[in-house]
Amino acid sequence: MLLRLENRAEPSRLMVFVAPLLAIAATVVAGGILFAALGFEPFGALHMFFIEPISSMYGISEWLLKATPLALIAVALAVGFRGNVWNIGAEGQLVMGAVFAGGTALALYEVEGFWVMPLVLIMGMIGGSLYAAVPAFLRTRFHANEILTSLMLNYVAVLFLSWLVHGPWRSPEGYNFPESRMFTDSALLPALMEDTRLHVGALLAPVAAVVSWIIVSRTFLGFQIKVIGMTPAAGSYAGFGTNRAIWFSLMYAGALAGLAGAMEICGPIGQLVPTVSPGYGYTAIIAAFLGRLHPVGIILASLLLAQTYMGGDNTQIGLGIPLAVTQVFQGMILFFLLAADVLIRYRVRFDRRTRRVEAA
Amino acid sequence: MNEHNSDAQDTADGPYRLELRGITKQYPGCLANDSIDLRIRPGTCHALLGENGAGKSTLVKTVYGVLQADRGEILWEGKPTTIPNPAAARAMGIGMVFQHFSLFESMTVTENVALGTGDTSPLPELAARVAEVSKRYGLALDPERRICDLSVGERQRVEIVRCLLQNPKLLIMDEPTSVLTPQEAETLFDTLRLLVSEGCSILYISHKLEEIRAICEEATVLRGGKVSGACDPRQETSASLAKMMIGADLAKPVRDMDATDTTVGEARLVVKNLSVAPLMPFSTALDGVSFKVHAGEIFGIAGVAGNGQAELMSALSGEILISQEDAVRIDGKPVGHMGPRRRRDLGMGFVPEERLGRGAVPDMTLADNALLSAHRTPGMTRRGLIRFSSARKFAEKVINTFNVVAGGPQAAARSLSGGNLQKFIVGREIMQNPTLLIVAQPTWGVDAGAAAAIHKDLIALAESGAAVLVVSQDLDELFAICDRIAVICHGRLSDAQPTQAQSVEQIGMLMGGVFHIDSTEA
Amino acid sequence: MSEAELATWTAILAAMVRAATPLVFAAIGELVTERAGVLNLGIEGMMLMGAVSAFGAAHFGLGYTMAIAVGMLVSVMMSLLFAFLALGLRANQVACGLALTIFGVGLSAFVGKNLVGTPVQPLPALEIPLLSDIPLIGQGLFAHDILVYTSILSVVAVSWVLFRSRVGLILRAVGENHDAAHAIGYGVLKVRCFAVMFGGAMCGLAGAYLSLAYTPMWVENMSSGRGWIALALVVFATWRPARALLGAYLFGGVTILQLHAQNWGVPVPSQIMAMLPYLATIIVLVLISRDETKIKLNAPACLGKVFHSGR
Repeated sequence: MLLRLENRAEPSRLMVFVAPLLAIAATVVAGGILFAALGFEPFGALHMFFIEPISSMYGISEWLLKATPLALIAVALAVGFRGNVWNIGAEGQLVMGAVFAGGTALALYEVEGFWVMPLVLIMGMIGGSLYAAVPAFLRTRFHANEILTSLMLNYVAVLFLSWLVHGPWRSPEGYNFPESRMFTDSALLPALMEDTRLHVGALLAPVAAVVSWIIVSRTFLGFQIKVIGMTPAAGSYAGFGTNRAIWFSLMYAGALAGLAGAMEICGPIGQLVPTVSPGYGYTAIIAAFLGRLHPVGIILASLLLAQTYMGGDNTQIGLGIPLAVTQVFQGMILFFLLAADVLIRYRVRFDRRTRRVEAA
Repeated sequence: MNEHNSDAQDTADGPYRLELRGITKQYPGCLANDSIDLRIRPGTCHALLGENGAGKSTLVKTVYGVLQADRGEILWEGKPTTIPNPAAARAMGIGMVFQHFSLFESMTVTENVALGTGDTSPLPELAARVAEVSKRYGLALDPERRICDLSVGERQRVEIVRCLLQNPKLLIMDEPTSVLTPQEAETLFDTLRLLVSEGCSILYISHKLEEIRAICEEATVLRGGKVSGACDPRQETSASLAKMMIGADLAKPVRDMDATDTTVGEARLVVKNLSVAPLMPFSTALDGVSFKVHAGEIFGIAGVAGNGQAELMSALSGEILISQEDAVRIDGKPVGHMGPRRRRDLGMGFVPEERLGRGAVPDMTLADNALLSAHRTPGMTRRGLIRFSSARKFAEKVINTFNVVAGGPQAAARSLSGGNLQKFIVGREIMQNPTLLIVAQPTWGVDAGAAAAIHKDLIALAESGAAVLVVSQDLDELFAICDRIAVICHGRLSDAQPTQAQSVEQIGMLMGGVFHIDSTEA
Repeated sequence: MSEAELATWTAILAAMVRAATPLVFAAIGELVTERAGVLNLGIEGMMLMGAVSAFGAAHFGLGYTMAIAVGMLVSVMMSLLFAFLALGLRANQVACGLALTIFGVGLSAFVGKNLVGTPVQPLPALEIPLLSDIPLIGQGLFAHDILVYTSILSVVAVSWVLFRSRVGLILRAVGENHDAAHAIGYGVLKVRCFAVMFGGAMCGLAGAYLSLAYTPMWVENMSSGRGWIALALVVFATWRPARALLGAYLFGGVTILQLHAQNWGVPVPSQIMAMLPYLATIIVLVLISRDETKIKLNAPACLGKVFHSGR
């Protein structure tokens, strides 16, 4: 093999920061090649993908709007990932949050009061965390792998929402479209900037980041989660309960994913529709990894990934490129990141001379 | 020693079977082998002697083709050669019995042999050959049994038979007796002597001086990755060998074992009729274990690995809970239902066998690792938040008090040598002023200096009035520091006897499962 | 039983076999991968890439054999991407598998955009002489396309190779104790790489079956979680091929009952019925995982662990 990995004595701190930048650079290059292969002028297309969507105030507001759910979910997922709790079900938890929040908003249709919107959001958090409690229960009680159970529940949640908006919750004045009534103003999040869809909920993302940082870096609970994730046997030696870590990680992520779902329907959407998320729950997984599981990194990563949604929309309109280009970019970023991460623990050597014993 | 005298070998009885010249292997941050020379004649048993971390394993892995040296030359039967992989080594006639066996638990003996020899003949045929070889060399084995059902000694026989089937000219044995009872070790030596008489060379790696003097006619001693001496071990004393190995005379702490009865102190740990199911699919259940550890005494539990020690340690530490609460009592309180944290509150300290990966988190700092078990110490946490300055101070104090060589409290646990990490972990537990300390394999894989320091600390702790339980495979260690010793075998524990009243032979019989000799005769 | 009822049951049986086939392929592929100690969560992505490329090849007139081969090839290339990261660069297998799925879902939708809505002739059925004339089961079991038969044969073949051949012995050894296998001198990474590629090829077949035979068309995300169900099936099967086959057919049954329930006028909304396979997966997973020692006994001991050669 030409490529050889050599252990570093200590993991490189520098590479922890450099690897995501390398991954982003590689993604941009690969994206350019992809656009060129499709017959577009690569620099123009890249500009259209990454720069153009955020070069207006409105663009920036949309950008922040899309980064909000990503950051909210990813900072919470990262807590679990540190403890080896692989919650892949944030998408379903988001949808369930939207269902609970939407149900509350519909029940309080035309009810006025300052308390309606907070209550709707809290119901969203409850819905998300109750839904996340299912894989937590199945894992702690029956040892069922949470990757598979939480993922299966994503499909179930989407189908459940679909049934609601096709059936019992369908708007009476909606011409048979599968959607609920528009929520009344008391349930909606006030705008943060005039004439944009950016709402006050966006302020909760940095709050969630700070809370997550305190949990992971300052609390004893976070310490326990880290120990269990790094070295399960050491956690068991110290008497740290794995079940508590699993329950906490899942419920916390469920609550924030549910909040993100509630904010989507009480913010930009304003009603329940069959599709309340373009895959934020999945993309947040990438954001968590790309952000190094650290809240600050995750906020930056969420901004970058929100850009891929904007870019996908923009190149679809401008160049007729399929919208799925967004996921292609997201997948590439994660791949390149995983590849670049090798530099943290290993030095990569390219040598043609294989490791042969030299003649003395 | 570093000069090559290639003329000399031809004048002797033919070329050396194996000659190493200037073998050098560099790991990041560690020169494991520094121009090592070694010569093995045909039909001899050659000892490779050295402390843990002296570079023995690296060297033999190079000979077996698992690792490649950075520099140096290997001569096989006089000809320069390269050994790119273990298959090539086997093809040349080199066999190796690993310290940590390279066996596959869920597969049969024959399947393991097939995998290990690259023999493609049908399995029944191979099974017949396994039976034949095991009979000839006195290594009783059933080819159809699965590895998971075998004792550690039997597993080693599988490894040896696997090598012997290939008619090796050189057999490498890495610390073979560390997993055997003294009697099993004697049987192994008979097999090895038979092999040597048939012309096979043996490279015997050990740090046990007595057994090297018993079976080896040549020895190469390594220290810090370099050859520190070569000799005929039969002409040396254990003390002179030890000096070559360690580099200085080392005063070993000795437990002052006057005739006073150590069971007079109050019983701190009382285990009564403790039974525990196997932890893992292939391990041993505990069957009615009872013993008491008193304040001020060091109580030793001897036994070959895999006889229920893991189950015993988990049940004592609280990592697994037991249904009968009073099967384990600390200071009279039933604790069977309590987890590790509550048992710590009752004054228990615990040093597990795996120091990296259980006793410490490799990628965390020493300060964080202090928090791992000492988080119950007042001031470490407040309202769910960690007080990092307290953890750092605690780690610093452990480092200073117990002479841990480390880059300060912020050094990662994995950056410490085995001995220093063990000193840190033992120190971390002692600093919490335990009234009961339970230690598994306190000096396994630890250099002699650190081992002596740890023994000294344990003795001091007992003398200060704490009860200390030591579970170890190393009989020398148990005889050196324990007041009383019991033996665990097949999940059962023998009656404890004062150390002075016991001989190595008696303990060895017990380790082999011969309990209650008098009662069986009756 | 009336003629019409008989025909219905035959149709249900045949539909169950068809629904099970992609699961059989994917589960058998993953089973081999996991037996070698590698957890590849990228099945869904590989399957979709196999589906879209096989469909594309057929659409552009390459013929079925070539189309299937293209599907397998593309899927193997996806698996090599995983192997490079997870084995070559020792990255976390869970993360690599997720990346493969996210990437595969996106890329297949991306390249398949213009194929949506275009038709292709489904794979022809091969009626097995004599057997296909048996009432009820004849047309239900022995009048399928070549891939259905291939899926059954692949289970038999994998079973034999795993437990009767030397290659299987080595593969299981690598999955059980990679350090020992390495110490003896087996190329752990090489064996694992081949196992991952085999998993990829089988996912390619699963995908090709979906887009060429099951619903002969290409739709974004058409595997709709089958890759994940296959992963659960491997656990359900406690890593044994024959049980994976059984599990796949059980799931095929659930899927089909769900479709037929509407024909029978069961008053449950279609969305709720469509949840059945996913809920069934969870239930099955819970039932099998409940006994922790059973899983521990049967799971390859090195499953998902990163192998470090070196020291």
